[in-house]
Amino acid sequence: MVVDRRKRPDREKAADLLFGALADPTRRDIFRRAHEGRLSVSALAREYPISLAAVQKHVDVLERAELVSKHRVGRESIVRAEADALKRAHAALDRLASEWRGRIERIDLILAEDKGDS
Amino acid sequence: MPVTDVTKDLDALTMTITAEFDADAEQVWEMWSDPRRLERWWGPPGYPATFVDHDLSPGARTAYFMTSPEGQKHHGWWRIEEVDPPRSLRFEDGFADDDGKPSDGMPTGIATVTITEADGATTMSIESRFASREGMEQTLEMGMEQGMIEALGQIDPLLAGERA
Repeated sequence: MVVDRRKRPDREKAADLLFGALADPTRRDIFRRAHEGRLSVSALAREYPISLAAVQKHVDVLERAELVSKHRVGRESIVRAEADALKRAHAALDRLASEWRGRIERIDLILAEDKGDS
Repeated sequence: MPVTDVTKDLDALTMTITAEFDADAEQVWEMWSDPRRLERWWGPPGYPATFVDHDLSPGARTAYFMTSPEGQKHHGWWRIEEVDPPRSLRFEDGFADDDGKPSDGMPTGIATVTITEADGATTMSIESRFASREGMEQTLEMGMEQGMIEALGQIDPLLAGERA
């Protein structure tokens, strides 16, 4: 296997972020909960005997390690496991693609009909 | 099949679809500019669209509804952002309430259409994106709801069969 040396520092850094993020029991718990479903930062804060700001900091560390992603829904900040976020983006874009594919096929039929008429 | 390429960008939340048609750019443009033609392809099968207002000038709003097989009307709108006939069109589209007024808090999308003619064929590419990640999430959740409704619709005839 050829190791791309240019990518090594990035990968090392990503590993540091990942292991650092998971070194803390509260963060591991947040990550576990995020896997079970979407949750808001404020709901999370009620689960731990620490401040909202401290929870936010933990979430930020998990986010930098690309373990979770944060989304704003109304006034709430929602935390979700990142693998899930990617899958969801795939699913949403696939839906757009199939919608437009259908439209394009109908356009093609109309163009063919117009051509037949002229 | 007219579709030649589909590209997804997961970071930008954009989907780009490219198609080639055996027609000139003007003919392809008419699919957008002529509401009677547009109505024949905008809605999915079984949901024909009716464009009540249709004006492709910058800043103009287009209003339409799609009629379900049960006769239910689903309203929508476009807001034209940029237009350069017959080469390009960019618009935002979204849902509207029963009076045709844009619904608050509903997700919107932005579509950029580019039409290029070369050697007797015309390429149309459409970049479609969610206005926001929240909008994408909402769309997915609505889709799931729609999927549930459709699944329930399929259960109905099965139950009817049971009773018969």
